[in-house]
Amino acid sequence: MDVLYFAWVRERIGHPKDRVETRAATVRDLVEELRAREDRYAAAFADLSALRVAVDQELSDFDAPLGDAREVAFFPPMTGG
Amino acid sequence: MDIRVQQESFDLGAEANAFAARQAGMGAVVTFTGIVRDLEGGLDAMEIEHYPGMTESALTGIAEEAARRWQIGDALILHRYGRLTADELIMMVATASRHRADAFQAAEFLMDYLKSRAPFWKKEVTRAGEGWVAARDEDEDALSRW
Repeated sequence: MDVLYFAWVRERIGHPKDRVETRAATVRDLVEELRAREDRYAAAFADLSALRVAVDQELSDFDAPLGDAREVAFFPPMTGG
Repeated sequence: MDIRVQQESFDLGAEANAFAARQAGMGAVVTFTGIVRDLEGGLDAMEIEHYPGMTESALTGIAEEAARRWQIGDALILHRYGRLTADELIMMVATASRHRADAFQAAEFLMDYLKSRAPFWKKEVTRAGEGWVAARDEDEDALSRW
């Protein structure tokens, strides 16, 4: 699965995308796996209330099941307009 | 529906005219335009990042929802990304309807939703440094009125 990062999440992690092999059942499980990778991931995912998530390009939430998701993206609240 | 996400600038007058010209039987066209502000002085640039693919589908979904709620004949959402400077146009929406109330309300709905539901992020680059623009509670609260 592709894991994408935007805005300060991308900056904190240091790159825009990871390709991950995971059996995580939910977004939250995936976050736990990412946190365990390195300090910069732990820092980026320190406060989930500051983050939003999209699963296959649809806004979702941290308890959502991943199923056969191909792309998960993490980013701060959006500031368009 | 006309949804465009682009780096290059746009001609507001030409876009508004073209949008109005392609309507049939619509008595009202409403447009809104967002412009880069330099509130504090010292803004070098506004950098807008987006999520290619999701941006277009989110904007299309928001426009389709507006068309379900109001009697609009057409809608345009044009939003830029990349590095912009003060006073540049960031984005515009246009709506067309038979009577003005639908076009006004649909345009406000589009704006409220795209501010916090379309995947764009703004970073301000100033002489003092750079920082991501924080989402405002008022923008999230604005959704509850719809």
